[in-house]
This record gives sequence, structure tokens and C-alpha cells, in this order.
Amino acid sequence: MVDGTTGIEARKGWMGLLARARPARLAELLDTLGERPAHAWLRAPEVGGVMVRGRMGGTGAPFNLGEMTVTRCSLRLDGGEVGHAHVQGRGKAHARDAAMVDALMQGSRASQVRAAVIGPLEAEEDARRQARAARAASTKVDFFTMVRGED
Amino acid sequence: MYVAVKGGEKAIDAAHDWLAKERRGDRAVAELSLAQIREQMSLAVNRVMAEGSLFDPDLAALAIKQARGDLIEAIFLIRAYRTTLPRLGASRPVDTGAMRCDRRISATFKDAPGGQVLGPTFDYTHRLAGLQTGGRGGRIRGRVPVCGDATDEAVPKPRITDILGRDGLIQDEPPGEAEPPDMTRAPMDYPAGRALRLQALTRGDEGFLLGMAYSTQRGYGRNHPFVGELRIGTVEVEMEVPELGEAVCVGELTLTECETVNQFAGSKIEPAQFTRGYGLVIGQTERKAISMALVDRALRWEELGEEDSGAPAQDAEFVLGHADNIQATGFLEHIKLPHYVDFQSELELVRRMRAEAAREAAE
Repeated sequence: MVDGTTGIEARKGWMGLLARARPARLAELLDTLGERPAHAWLRAPEVGGVMVRGRMGGTGAPFNLGEMTVTRCSLRLDGGEVGHAHVQGRGKAHARDAAMVDALMQGSRASQVRAAVIGPLEAEEDARRQARAARAASTKVDFFTMVRGED
Repeated sequence: MYVAVKGGEKAIDAAHDWLAKERRGDRAVAELSLAQIREQMSLAVNRVMAEGSLFDPDLAALAIKQARGDLIEAIFLIRAYRTTLPRLGASRPVDTGAMRCDRRISATFKDAPGGQVLGPTFDYTHRLAGLQTGGRGGRIRGRVPVCGDATDEAVPKPRITDILGRDGLIQDEPPGEAEPPDMTRAPMDYPAGRALRLQALTRGDEGFLLGMAYSTQRGYGRNHPFVGELRIGTVEVEMEVPELGEAVCVGELTLTECETVNQFAGSKIEPAQFTRGYGLVIGQTERKAISMALVDRALRWEELGEEDSGAPAQDAEFVLGHADNIQATGFLEHIKLPHYVDFQSELELVRRMRAEAAREAAE
């Protein structure tokens, strides 16, 4: 969920949304804005691993659980806006698209980008999660302990 | 001493050519796509990610295809690929309390707050091969409509151990933020602390951990486990991004978490309390997570002031030293490679000993 509309909290919200987005869907939505803006790389897309940590007993001290693939990049648009991305998986185009949206969200086209890209991605993720939660809720059970007929 | 051999290039090329043909199988049968493996062999994909210690379903599907379904070979491919990746950083510890649960059950409380959610489980199936349905499962009647209320599931589910903890009935999980040791960066160090043990267990071989856990149930280091809670679902992964100076979500992954409630410890000074075992594994990997929790608990004997009963599952060096299937298969399978010079020297030794024995007998 993207909470807030401005500032760092909002930016964290859309960066996470872009990181989790399906790459093809993000590209499709970005295409609706017309031609991609020209950009220069500050850091070309790079595939790497992030060590994911858990906590002992769920709430205790951290331990290393295993890695996940993440692709990162940074770019600057001709207007000077800088966009960063850390996205899930090995998609360099995904990272580029995410950084581009991040940069655009800081420029004059922010509200247009929000309506065309962020809004739909948010709604679709929400719908996916709702559908899964409803499916989970259908499998909710009540167990009864049987009284043994001994008397 | 191992002495290398050379030669055989042509034969090796021909063998690999044949391997490629066998991998493809009968060309009259359609080729599997990676998406088909990822979507329809998802538990194999999950196991390869857990033991390969890298969450990337597309890559795990590719490895399974390339390995002709040999999961240990696929795990090997993932581990080898993993070593080529630059480490971008470490995440904040994931919050499994905020997990979006597909499944969440408790074997200790019938009316667990938050409810018992079965999820897509094999439990309560009849384990009858679906001959009429061609492996689509036993259900040939109509589909069950999705009728649940999603709003129930959007609320984080309380931890069962927290409920016991409120009354002091279970040992506290000591909080901490210490940088955990990483066995992928430094060699294993014994005695291994719990953080290092958990890392080794979560990437360990499922079969090995299952056997070890089963041995504790059968009496070798018994610790009377109950599954306090088992949950499967997705969590968001956050990492500090230096450019922002803030932690940002970099993705989402599926995890399986198992918390066991085990036999109590107590003394004249301290009242009796249940103890804990913990399993957390990448993917939907329920058997592995339960096994991990049982083995974790068995390995905690010393810190809980229990006796060493000499059980294999209590021996950290034994368990952690043999849980990794890539280490194990590497050492095991290397003995099939040419050892001609080694063996020649052994052969000569045996011949000489026999000759000496024969000479002595004749004298």
C-alpha cells in the first residue's frame, strides 16, 4: 500500500510496489505514457543477491535465511530527476522501468504517472492479495473435539 | 593422493550430446516450458530454492529442467550460480508476524485466535493416485466456491507462542540485533551459536533433516514437540538503500514458519516453562520447516541445561557437518572419478603384504 502522497514515505511505497510488480505489466503501463524519456545511467542495471534475514523464534535475534535475486540501477532524466530501483529478480529492463517511474514521480508529470502506472499497479496488487486472502478464508476450519462415549 | 588424468575429450563430448538428447526425451512429446515447471512443479521449485539458498522461481525451474528433474543436481546449479552474484546487501529481518498467510494452523489450540486456515494442503486427501483424473487430484465433483471473507485474512494473525508467553508459560525469545554469522562468507565454526545453526539447517537437505527430526521422535534425544503454529505465506523483504538512507521493499517471498512448543524446563528456583524450537524455510516447504524446528530444539540441549544423551540429533558437529547435500554429494560422487594411480598404489601394497605373508608361511 502506498500511504501518503508526498515525501519519503510515499516514495518508499511506490519503490516497493515497482519492485514487486510483474515486469511485463510495468512495461505495458509505462508505454501508455508515450515515448520513454531520455536518460543517462548513474549506475547501469546490475543483478545481485540480497541476504534475507529472519529472527529466531520469529521475534528474537537475526539469522541469515538465504538469498534472493535483486537487480538495481540508478538513472537521471534530461530534466535532472534521479531515479533509483532495487527490484526483485534478474530483470534489467524491470529495474530500468522502475527507476524511470521513480524519476518521473519526482518531476512535473508525477500526477500523470501516478494515474497511469502507480494507481493501476496498486489496484492490481491489492486485487491479487484480496483474491488469495478470500481463497485462504474459504479453507478456515472449526475443529471439534469429540466427546468419548465412555459413560 | 589424487592424481589427475587427461584425455577422453571425444567420449566426453559424445556423452554430453547424449545427455542433451535424453534430457529432451521422446520428441513426439511436447517440450516442457520453464513456466510450466514453475507453475505446475512448484513444490520441487520451492525445494530447490530452499536448499539452493536462493529465492528465484524462474531460475529454480530452469535448473530443474537442465538437471532432468534431479533435484540435488538442480540445487548444485543454483549454488554455483549464487556464487557469481555480487552481494548487494542484507535485508532487515523479515516480519513473519505480518505474513499474508495462505495457511496457518495450530496443533495446540483448537480455537486459535486468528483461526485455523488449511490453505492448499495435501492433509486430509486420501492419497489415492488419481487414475480417473490423470493426476489432477481426487476431486471429480464440482469445484467448491470461494466463499471466505478476505477481510478476516488481511489482519495479521497473533503468534501462538505470544499467547503462551503472556502468561510466562513459554521461554522468552531473547531479542537482539547482533550481526549474525554467515556460513557463505566464513567457514563453519564450532561450537556453533544458534544463528549459525539455523542458517545451516534452513539450507540443509530435507531428507537428512527429516531423518534427524524423526530420530528425536523415536527417542534419540526426545523433546516432546507440539506444533504450536505452522504458517505459510508471503512476507515483504526490506533493505536499507544507501541512496535513500531508508529501508525500501525490494521484493516479496513465500516462507514457511514452524514454531514448536516443547517439553518444559524448570527447577526449584524457576517455575516450569515450555521451550521452543524454530523452523523458517524459503518457499512452501512444510515438512522441512517442521523437521528444522525439531532439530533446532534438539541442538539447544546445552543452553537449556539438559543432559547430552549422546543422541545424533544433539551433536551439532554431526548434524551441521552432514546436512548440506551439495557438500555431501560432492565428496560422495567424486569417488567414481578416475582414481587409477591411488588404486595402483593400494594394489601394490596388498600384493606385497600377501607375498610377505606367503613367504612367512613357507618359512
